Amino acid sequence: MPARRRRLRAGDHVSGWAFVSPVVILIGLFGLVPVIWTFWLSFQETDLTSPGTFVGTAKYSKMVHDPVFWQSARETGLYTLMFVPLTMVLALPIAVLLNQRVRGMLFYRMAVYVPLVTSTVATGIIFSQLANPDFGLINGALSKLGLPQQMFFQSTSEALPSVVAMTVWGWLGFAVIIYLAALQNVPGELMEAAALDGCGRVQAFRHVELPMMAPASGFLLVWLTINAMQLFDEVYVTTKGGPLHATTVLVYYLYTQALVNFDGGYGAALGVVLFLLILVVTLVQLWLGRRTSHYEAK
Amino acid sequence: MTRRPSRLHLILIPLSLVMVAPLIWMVLLSVSTRDEARRFPPGLPSGVDWHNYVTAWTEGPFGTWLVNSAIVSLTCVVTNLVFCSLAGYAFARIPFLGSKVLFIAILATLMVPIQIIMLPMLIMLRQVHLTDTLAALMAPNLATPFGVFLLRQFFTALPRELEDAARIDGASRLRTLRSVLLPLMGPTLATLSVLTFLNVWNDFLWPLVAVQSPQNMTIQLGLQNFQSSHYSQVSVLMAGTVTSQIPVLVMFVLAQRFFVRSIASSGIK
Repeated sequence: MPARRRRLRAGDHVSGWAFVSPVVILIGLFGLVPVIWTFWLSFQETDLTSPGTFVGTAKYSKMVHDPVFWQSARETGLYTLMFVPLTMVLALPIAVLLNQRVRGMLFYRMAVYVPLVTSTVATGIIFSQLANPDFGLINGALSKLGLPQQMFFQSTSEALPSVVAMTVWGWLGFAVIIYLAALQNVPGELMEAAALDGCGRVQAFRHVELPMMAPASGFLLVWLTINAMQLFDEVYVTTKGGPLHATTVLVYYLYTQALVNFDGGYGAALGVVLFLLILVVTLVQLWLGRRTSHYEAK
Repeated sequence: MTRRPSRLHLILIPLSLVMVAPLIWMVLLSVSTRDEARRFPPGLPSGVDWHNYVTAWTEGPFGTWLVNSAIVSLTCVVTNLVFCSLAGYAFARIPFLGSKVLFIAILATLMVPIQIIMLPMLIMLRQVHLTDTLAALMAPNLATPFGVFLLRQFFTALPRELEDAARIDGASRLRTLRSVLLPLMGPTLATLSVLTFLNVWNDFLWPLVAVQSPQNMTIQLGLQNFQSSHYSQVSVLMAGTVTSQIPVLVMFVLAQRFFVRSIASSGIK
């Protein structure tokens, strides 16, 4: 073993550390240290301004007995269960459409991508107007069609689906870009071979392209799920968690507990829960990635 | 020879309209009069009322907010380019003690969003009296694990022979990086710039937590603030919203291919 070890030179240690030190300091200070600190904070009674006192697991027992926490967990789960599949199911056929040779494709693609660069705040403000019960464009269209007017963000039953629709609009372009990149990576010879073997366009898609979308789908599933669990901006701008906590998702609850009600320890404990949820999803991804890696080997 | 237009247009046109309708509606409302914006059923404005933009700019410091956003985003782009290039190169090429452990530790922070770490960050910044400053807004984005990862991938894939000649001639690592490798890094650095800029420019939660004074707000936080004070003045609010979206929208339209390639590469692990 020692004979096989590469000879390390003192100069390499010095230059290596010199090169990485800015990143190590910045990411250490603003990435790693705060994670550990969040865990520590979750065992404290603190308003985040004055020094806190150690209260053990009090914040976690508070959480277990807090009906609003359970509702926020439920709303976050419901949101994720609607947002992720809907985005993916819409994105794949749109990516296939945008992969065709049609005049004006550049403009069609731009139309699908443009919500992607629209900020979450602007998205929230625009959709508040579109879905305004009294003057909104959507209710205007519904009345033209002879359909009943809706309350959207102001109704307990419609608020969460409205947030889903708004965020699907915002994220669709991202999912389409990922699928389109995957479609364009399908080797042309494969499709030609399928055509020579008498495959129709639909069959070729079903048996050649669709299986090769698996890695892209896997990535999107994980990425969209992790982002869905972090939902905050659009809720803050449109519903402020209401009505009656119907859109109080986990991060929104964290924000109000820590920075509106000044219960920093409780906010940190909610952050720990979010951390563990993301950790589980990431580990599932690593496990799945190992199982499906034979697709990517092509 | 005349080709019949593809029937796909019959799907593509309505699809495009649905996607851009919210943005077109935003622009239409921004040039509507106060009464036109609040009537039912809603309709097209009779003319173009630019007054809303004047009102928005006089009642909200949109200029300051745009400048703040530009300062914060561009600073983070530059620091990411420099620091992540250095670290990415070292992790890919220099065998130094602890490099594996450090790289894994940095990668682990990829899965930690601001939502989880913002409370300790706020305490830290309060202790050094940096809350409510532009520096506070920059802090979490000065160096990103994604940037380190992206650059390390780039250097790992690059043939070693490129730099060997320079190294044998006695050039230092830094000099090799600057004069031999830098010219090859264009596309990767451009990708990192686009993604960093978009992320920081559109960030909302961290500015909301870190900054209170209107003169230190970014455009997103300022716009949200403007919304709460102008909720009933729909057309003025929409003029402000259009203002906030124009810089990134113009960049996107001019360099669509480039944006798309960058975003696609963020999905390639």
